[in-house]
Amino acid sequence: MTKLLSNIRLLLVASLAALSCAAEAQLSIEITGTGATRFPVAIPMFENEASLPRGVTDVVRADLERSGLFSLIDMGLVTVPVTTMPDLGAIRGRGADAVLSGSIYPQADGRYDVRFRLFDTQKQVELGALALRMAPAQNRATAHRIADFVYEKLTGLPGYFATRIAYVVKSGPRYELQIADADGMNSQTALASREPIISPAWAPDGQRLAYVSFEAKKPVVYVHTLATGQRQVVANFKGSNSAPAWSPDGQRLAVVLTKDGQSQLYVLNADGSGVRRLASSPGIDTEPDWSPDGQWIYFTSDRGGSPQIYRISSAGGGAERVTFDGGYNVTPRLSPDGRSLAFITRNGGRFQVAVMDVATRQTTILTDSARDESPSFAPNSRMILYASESGGRGVLAAVSTDGRVKQRLSVQAADVREPSWGPLIR
Amino acid sequence: MKKIVLPALLTVLLAACSSTGTFDQPGTSVEDRSSTPGTGVPTVTAPSPAGSGIAALTDPNNILSKRSVFFDFDQFVIKADARPLVEAHARFLVQNPQMKMLIQGNTDERGSREYNLALGQKRADAVRQALTLLGAKESQIESVSLGEEKPRCSESNEACFAQNRRGDMLYSGEF
Repeated sequence: MTKLLSNIRLLLVASLAALSCAAEAQLSIEITGTGATRFPVAIPMFENEASLPRGVTDVVRADLERSGLFSLIDMGLVTVPVTTMPDLGAIRGRGADAVLSGSIYPQADGRYDVRFRLFDTQKQVELGALALRMAPAQNRATAHRIADFVYEKLTGLPGYFATRIAYVVKSGPRYELQIADADGMNSQTALASREPIISPAWAPDGQRLAYVSFEAKKPVVYVHTLATGQRQVVANFKGSNSAPAWSPDGQRLAVVLTKDGQSQLYVLNADGSGVRRLASSPGIDTEPDWSPDGQWIYFTSDRGGSPQIYRISSAGGGAERVTFDGGYNVTPRLSPDGRSLAFITRNGGRFQVAVMDVATRQTTILTDSARDESPSFAPNSRMILYASESGGRGVLAAVSTDGRVKQRLSVQAADVREPSWGPLIR
Repeated sequence: MKKIVLPALLTVLLAACSSTGTFDQPGTSVEDRSSTPGTGVPTVTAPSPAGSGIAALTDPNNILSKRSVFFDFDQFVIKADARPLVEAHARFLVQNPQMKMLIQGNTDERGSREYNLALGQKRADAVRQALTLLGAKESQIESVSLGEEKPRCSESNEACFAQNRRGDMLYSGEF
């Protein structure tokens, strides 16, 4: 009896906590810049969509609009069933270069089949079709998959809507490592602590996060399995342990340890075993990041007097300097396609996001803010998520690699920092 | 143009005939997403320490209650005015070989968190080296960094930054 009561109490506390989290910690996204030309697309309501408890096409439209690459042509209450050929000429007449038709089919077990097709109204051809089965509560996840489909068919690049992001929210003395969908919705707290949490890094499997937590009054590297909440200490040597970076195969982590002196680069297995030193320098080496082909490890070092970006073969050996302009270039992050390097540069006393073309070494500063940190590429290499400051508070922002599309993501009355964009899981 | 549309139209019409809503387009087998591994994320709460229990370390009249060594901008050497404090703590460690110390290095908030963590480590290491030169044992002391994460003062001005460029000494029971 007492056990039952305490169980009920526990449940109550848990649900209250869940409620308060959902109410205060939602990320809201504001679009602050769009592409030079936006592709006009029509996403009418799917046939029978009203039978769903929660809509799908509104989420698809919001995803595409937020990407800054599309303008949505309003179709009013028109639906275009997936089984009929849309009047492409008429839709083109409304200004849409593409249209998505779709229908919802309720299944006997309470689930739904969502069938949809995409048409090019100019060439009058079908670009593709897909059917997804979903439980009613999966309306947003399904919509993100549909938006990814439209995005990929129309831009030729993989979409990034059905992905997750991790970030740290500080409110008062409380630190929370949160996971949310890429649109900021569905945020959940993976770790709550009264001590700082920094440097979250997604494992390539999208199921685990490595990060640095200060709960032991010193920086210690953990690997956290999100679905179970299981945590493993992977680096807790004497001194500081920080800056985890996954190898592309998810088998190893590059970390920064001070067990043998100053901050230096080491590689260890993802379970914390087999630690070996990667490089030796007379100064600080930190912020490692593996190139997607596994060949290089980019990192920040002050071996030349000021913090600059270098790279070293992941097998070890000599370091090659990568940045030369300016006195402060830090936090190198390779794009998943390996073509771009994002980093933070100090430009006239302001810390801004820069991107370098890895092949030509040509560098462009993408932001005009003053306190940018922690860049992280979207899985399609097109957007860079980073931490910034607005009105004295930490916010997240995203910028496209051409600098045109800009978004700001913030949480009411809290500091948001340390973003990390998760991989695309298919 | 009609030539292109016709086959598509035919397929659609054929599909429309089927009452079960079969959709016979390439790539249209239904992907079942309803049982994908859950995206539910349970919350873990990190555990939180109690004090050394030694009165001298907290007595405000005792120099040992002072635990912070401050540094100049971009500097990692202990200033002359911090010597008496460092010497007092070194004496305490020599006299109390069972006591352990954690030194936490700190920086101001400007720049990268991880690079600042490395800079904070240099400050903690400077305090550790001074203590061991004065007789404390390496095995008694661990130097770590908190980087810019635990500022004592949170305004963005020089007076505040100066308070955050420091090394803090914690004893057994305090960490």
